[in-house]
Amino acid sequence: MENFTPVPALVGGLLIGLSSSLILVAHGKVTGISGFVGGLLQKCTTDRAFRAFFLGGLLVAGAGAVVLAPHALGQPVASLPMTAAAGLLVGFGTRLGNGCTSGHGVCGISRQSTRSVLATITFMVTGGITVFVVRHLVGGF
Amino acid sequence: MKSHVTAFAGGLLFGVGLLVSGMTEPAKVTGFLDVSGAWDPSLALVMLGAIGVHAVAYRLIRRRPAPLFESTFHVPTRKDVDGKLLAGAAIFGVGWGLAGYCPGPGLTSLAGGSATSAVFVATMVAGMLLQHLTQYVLNHPSRNGGPESNRSIPVANPGLAR
Repeated sequence: MENFTPVPALVGGLLIGLSSSLILVAHGKVTGISGFVGGLLQKCTTDRAFRAFFLGGLLVAGAGAVVLAPHALGQPVASLPMTAAAGLLVGFGTRLGNGCTSGHGVCGISRQSTRSVLATITFMVTGGITVFVVRHLVGGF
Repeated sequence: MKSHVTAFAGGLLFGVGLLVSGMTEPAKVTGFLDVSGAWDPSLALVMLGAIGVHAVAYRLIRRRPAPLFESTFHVPTRKDVDGKLLAGAAIFGVGWGLAGYCPGPGLTSLAGGSATSAVFVATMVAGMLLQHLTQYVLNHPSRNGGPESNRSIPVANPGLAR
């Protein structure tokens, strides 16, 4: 547990919870990043401006980190081909399962949605198995 | 106009939260998922902090008749647990474990200009489009001239618009 960073983790989590609450009170929406991106890729989506402004805020936060706290954007752990496979799986899986860490993990669990609790347990377990296989069996990163 | 400000502010706050918490460092994510190695429980506290705030705020906010800029709340109401939910979550988890990025941190890391984050976001978008296409083909068997061409299949994934 030598890398345990409880205070930044808790503070960052509070900010994520505040953001989700702001989006709920202002727009009445669940803050689900995969859903926001996925909606922009579909013709029938009506709230494009909302999604674009939210995702714009995310990108600007990253740009701010480049200037103010570059270490916050950590080093990659996977090779480019493995990253490409990861991206495909994350994109396909989050759309098939209707959510990711934000929509299911934070917003869904907060409102005690059974679907989100089960989805979160599922992706934590398969994520854990994947890291175990890659790190301890195959010997990658 | 005001609604654009809250949408942007929400994204900015979310991104800062991800950066502060360590979610944008892939090694912290894989360290959390690596229960059998040198386990880093930090991300459990990220979830705890976020859920702690939002679970309380959710209850208070839902007492309002409507949100500030919309006439109704758009919160999912589905209760059924189906194969798509679990299969999708399982596939997502594998991808999350492989590179240590979920969608939010992947996008937030784009500004860093690394090839890794660019490849992640590009392939994530491709994966989403592939899922939409698969769903479309499954929902429109008539386009393939198959035996079910006279039957209309209801959209099985109402959450897609969200």
